[in-house]
Amino acid sequence: METLEQIKARLEQALPAAKLDILPNECPAGDRSLLVAPSAGFAVARFLRDDPQLKLDYCSNVTGIDWPPATTKTKVKKKVVVEGVEKEVEETIETQRPGCLEVVYHLYSMALKHGPVVLRMRTQNREDQTHLPSLTPLWRGAEFQEREIYDLYGVLFDGHPDLRRILMWDEFTGFPMRRDYVAPDDFEYEPTPHDKVLELAKKHYPPEVAP
Amino acid sequence: MNPIAEAPPKSFSVKPKLDAEGEPLGELLEVSMGPHHPSTHGVFRMDVVLDGEEVVKLKPVFGYLHRNHEKIAEGISYLSTMPYTDRLDYFCSMTNNWAYALTIEKLAGLAVPERAEYIRVIMAELTRLQNHTCLIGFFAQDMGALGTPMMYAFREREKILDLFESVSGARMMCNYMRFGGVRVDVNDAWLAKAKKVTDEYGKFLDEFDAFLTANEILLARTQGVGVLTGDLAVNAAITGPMLRAAGVNYDLRKVDKYGIYGRFDFKVPVGAHGDIYDRYMVRVLEMRESIKILQQALRDIPAGPFMDPKAKLRGFRPKPGEVYGRVEGPKGELGFYVISDGSPNPYRYRVRPPSFINLTILEDMCLGHKISDAVVILGSVDIVLGEVDR
Amino acid sequence: MLGEQIIRGMAVTARNFFGSYVSKERLTTVQYPEERLEQCGNTRQFPMLIYDEDPEKGLRCVACTICEKECPPQCIYIVKSKDKKPDYKGQPQLYPAIFDIDVSVCMSCSICVEVCPFESIKMNTEFELSTDDRFEGLLLHKSDLAKSNEYYRKVHPDDARESDAVLAAEKAKAEAKAKAAAEAKAAAEAKAKAAAAAPLTAPAATPAATPPPPTAGK
Repeated sequence: METLEQIKARLEQALPAAKLDILPNECPAGDRSLLVAPSAGFAVARFLRDDPQLKLDYCSNVTGIDWPPATTKTKVKKKVVVEGVEKEVEETIETQRPGCLEVVYHLYSMALKHGPVVLRMRTQNREDQTHLPSLTPLWRGAEFQEREIYDLYGVLFDGHPDLRRILMWDEFTGFPMRRDYVAPDDFEYEPTPHDKVLELAKKHYPPEVAP
Repeated sequence: MNPIAEAPPKSFSVKPKLDAEGEPLGELLEVSMGPHHPSTHGVFRMDVVLDGEEVVKLKPVFGYLHRNHEKIAEGISYLSTMPYTDRLDYFCSMTNNWAYALTIEKLAGLAVPERAEYIRVIMAELTRLQNHTCLIGFFAQDMGALGTPMMYAFREREKILDLFESVSGARMMCNYMRFGGVRVDVNDAWLAKAKKVTDEYGKFLDEFDAFLTANEILLARTQGVGVLTGDLAVNAAITGPMLRAAGVNYDLRKVDKYGIYGRFDFKVPVGAHGDIYDRYMVRVLEMRESIKILQQALRDIPAGPFMDPKAKLRGFRPKPGEVYGRVEGPKGELGFYVISDGSPNPYRYRVRPPSFINLTILEDMCLGHKISDAVVILGSVDIVLGEVDR
Repeated sequence: MLGEQIIRGMAVTARNFFGSYVSKERLTTVQYPEERLEQCGNTRQFPMLIYDEDPEKGLRCVACTICEKECPPQCIYIVKSKDKKPDYKGQPQLYPAIFDIDVSVCMSCSICVEVCPFESIKMNTEFELSTDDRFEGLLLHKSDLAKSNEYYRKVHPDDARESDAVLAAEKAKAEAKAKAAAEAKAAAEAKAKAAAAAPLTAPAATPAATPPPPTAGK
């Protein structure tokens, strides 16, 4: 199979409006991924599936990832002139990473027996702009997996034939797999409560009943 | 344009059949083959809309066994997730363990000694044998054989589970693989016992074949029923014996050659029609191929260490990065996608469950057949709810 | 002939059915609980704590809480003691004042056994723990969990032999170290005594025969 750079070049040739990035992967045995803007996601995926050299007809895995907003501190060495003497100082630069929800597709080819090509799409933010194009019209295999990502993360897939909750019950509110999800703690009697569980149990039961 | 995938689902608006005057012939009956049902292989529900006896709409509903395995794994260390992977597809715990160990070894760059690789292949093929045996038993029971083939299947399966118990301490929840090898070594007595079980398995399969394969009732109920074409199977990401019965030759043991599968001489059975009978026969033939692989592995297993000496049990922190590792489980492609951020717990841990994805085309296969066929079709998909719901 | 294969299948069933009266291979069930199948030597059910002679003084556990931290479903609860007691090597160690395992949560993965550095928690083979007390019945305390080393040898003979060998090796190493330390100390004391006695007997000793400084014989 050709390298990710070659695939990206051909994609940019065929779809000039698509914004593509190759993301590195620090693990040497893992694969690098192709980050696509949501507006061009469907067209890029269709190209990858129908292109005769790639023929990625098998969408193996669709994963949702939650990236809450975070600040990363990196230490950078800079040369600074202090009182006429050039010294090297370490400065910490803080970069803000805005929160988003991400969907990763692992695409393989059963016809040509190669792969994977990892395709990623990110939403704008985690609160209200969580729409992404659904790739179910291209690969039926993504149907249940995209429903699961909607159910557990809250990503709305435009173009999905049947988007409703799959693992949780229909009246459930909230998105359990998000990093900031707080599970309800009104559980039944816990025989060995200690530490956190004991504190939460004490909040629900009056002091004379609490274990 | 791909006409299969981009056509809208057939069953969304269903109306009853009309008679000569254009009046509806009756009402549609909606049945919930509810979660407590002896034939649904676990807590699985199918909302079926029937026109007489014919299925016109089928929606699978699951999530009754959802235990948020993926979120638990984000809170505990990598080693502690290993016993939880046993409980995903609870019939094939050795395969689940191997898939997870393979993924983490890829992530951390650990090497596995050769003896451990042979042990892993032996365990995986024994798992495939007992899973397919068990499945044929359930499959015959779904058709009404009321337990006799199932009991014979379980009798043979117990011999394999005894082997698992004597090496790892537990029949099904083995928790046996570790990152960099296996937990304990197999001794010569165990290898001799495994060889005996493998050699006698062929005789049991012959008896089972005489019992079921040419049985007229089985043929009448399974040939031509639940047909799945190769194109739809590939597009719907079906893997495992279902895919191979539909005519597509894609077996990860031959494509990826993970572990040391490149050294073994075995064939991959591929079906021609894609109906239930082909899936049954593909599994029977796969069992015979597994016996071949087992005999080769038991003959060639070398002496040596069973665990990478540099691997650590406690305080294991792989470097940041992400990796997707997959194996050919008895039910299909079992994949693990792990993102590490350098801490002792994974940042994101995802299981790619074959049974969950194989259920995508359950409706397509069942439409137009009778409700009793729907039960048999579900049995041939081979689902385990522990994996579907995680 | 239609139905021939069905008749052949019935012949297989008949062979199994009548065979179960004569051959043990075909009859694979036992009348539990009057008869029991022999448990495999390696089987693991729920954890137990090992003690050497006395359940209180000989308990091997030193409350390091490694098993509590590594347990995947967090079913172990340990409270360390305030005082210390001597262990099998003679060194004073902490011991657990409270050691609870909730066996309704325990999943018998035996990770606690793998990470224990003191050979003190092992897997038991008893599985008939059902009780009608929904709340406290499945919470095992230190007194329920403590089992003697003889019992361990009976249920897991091979593992017990290995465990005893590891402990014996540790004890031998500690004793050898203590002996070497004692010998070095005695040699240093003897040298110091000889040097202290030397100036009284040989006043015309050469300046080179100055008493050596007392070395720390630890």
